[in-house]
Amino acid sequence: MARIIVVTSGKGGVGKTTTSAAISMGLAKKGHKTVVIDFDVGLRNLDLIMGCERRVVYDIINVINGEATLHQALIKDKNCNLLSILPASQTRNKDALTQEGIGKILEELAKEFKYIVCDSPAGIEKGAHLAMYFADDAFIVTNPEVSSVRDSDRILGLLASKSRRAEQNAEPIKEYLLLSRYSQERVRSKEMLSLDDVQEILSLDLLGVIPESKSVLLASNSGIPVILDEKSDAGQAYADIVARYLGEKKPHRFIDDKKGFFRKLFGGK
Amino acid sequence: MTINARSKSHSPPAVEFKSSTFSVPVLSLTNNDLVIIEKLLDEKIKLAPEFFKHSPIVVDLSDVNKKELFINFGDLVACIRKSGLFVIGVRGGNEQQNLEAITLGIPVNTSQSNPETKIDYTKSSTRTPLQVDDELTFHDSNNVIITKPIRSGQRIYSHGDLIVLAQVGAGAEILAEGNIHVYGSLRGRALAGVQGNTEARIFCLNLQAELISIAGNYKISDDIQGAIANAPIQIYLQKNTLVIKSLV
Repeated sequence: MARIIVVTSGKGGVGKTTTSAAISMGLAKKGHKTVVIDFDVGLRNLDLIMGCERRVVYDIINVINGEATLHQALIKDKNCNLLSILPASQTRNKDALTQEGIGKILEELAKEFKYIVCDSPAGIEKGAHLAMYFADDAFIVTNPEVSSVRDSDRILGLLASKSRRAEQNAEPIKEYLLLSRYSQERVRSKEMLSLDDVQEILSLDLLGVIPESKSVLLASNSGIPVILDEKSDAGQAYADIVARYLGEKKPHRFIDDKKGFFRKLFGGK
Repeated sequence: MTINARSKSHSPPAVEFKSSTFSVPVLSLTNNDLVIIEKLLDEKIKLAPEFFKHSPIVVDLSDVNKKELFINFGDLVACIRKSGLFVIGVRGGNEQQNLEAITLGIPVNTSQSNPETKIDYTKSSTRTPLQVDDELTFHDSNNVIITKPIRSGQRIYSHGDLIVLAQVGAGAEILAEGNIHVYGSLRGRALAGVQGNTEARIFCLNLQAELISIAGNYKISDDIQGAIANAPIQIYLQKNTLVIKSLV
């Protein structure tokens, strides 16, 4: 059975596409046939992060409209042959997406792939709605700040009421929290909410904390998912997240202050 | 009642049975004279013609029967229909009347003719022979229990009490005709006694609400600030003022 994962947040700029690229690559690297779909029609970015922007011929809207077959539109990743990308259309808008069309595409993909990762656009309108509608699991990407947390709360409400599982009264979507752009230093200076604050508001299972890291920007610019940068903290955080999602037990990292040891030593607070 | 019954949009099968509550006026009779009844009905309806137009009504015969006054149920229904009301149920009827009701396609409500209401009618000797009673609600289980967090943007309504075993997020709205219990943090808006029940109360473990209201008397977050935080509290109405009080 294929598992459909939606990466969503409500708010923009929190790291949905970075996360989608990283976890789909991570799942493929673990030997699972994975496809990642960009739902951000009109503002596509996933192809850039995945480094396949020069190879886009057909896109998801062409498939929905019957102008191309699914296989013509799928792009094989250059780093991992178990990973495919279904890009969004840049020249259209979200109205071109239809529930029926998406349903058919997912059904077809489910025959071939183990994991289907849906990269949701920001907002709660059509694109975001259709990205989450068919999901089995939801990765809620949240930044440690109040507006992001509230938007995530809103998305959680929609997942519980406006998804296929909710409408069919099936087992609810499994929700996971991914706290991204986390900086212990800024938490300490009260510029950011702490992990505890966020968990208290959202009361959600934590899948992982991704530290604020230069490596994310570098990876995005060079079109290589950050998870492939095994030396980077963000890359390791995503590797942990994929492992935890697949059932491995891994202690949470990047929560403690790097300077904690010295802090303890000198008794500072 | 299931969780989220109101916030979910189902794509249901052709037929679905759902439990719902309605308020229906009750016409309680104390006299068997159809001429008087008709006259009084017309007078009453003239006071608020729009309100009574095609209004469903339940007929209460317990008083008439207690006084052992004979009334022909078929004639009574015809008389009520003439004034533009629809009889949708009967209570307190005897065997004969109930049988007539069934043949006329009118449901018989036996459960409602409980001793409590009867006591009420014996007391009311000074009442006019005919009156539209206080609204009768068909109670089933009106309370709603929610076990999962209520998220921002969600709206939950209960016809009775609303019991939430989790938190209520900022931007969520919970409404109840009765009391509200939140066994978690209350960050959203909570409105108890929304149909005017001033006795309704709100209970929660941690008050951080955006708005609290009982029977239309409300306080917003700014007014609440400085109230007891991080402790179990109750909110009730005292002389039209909301009182926030610690439970411990």
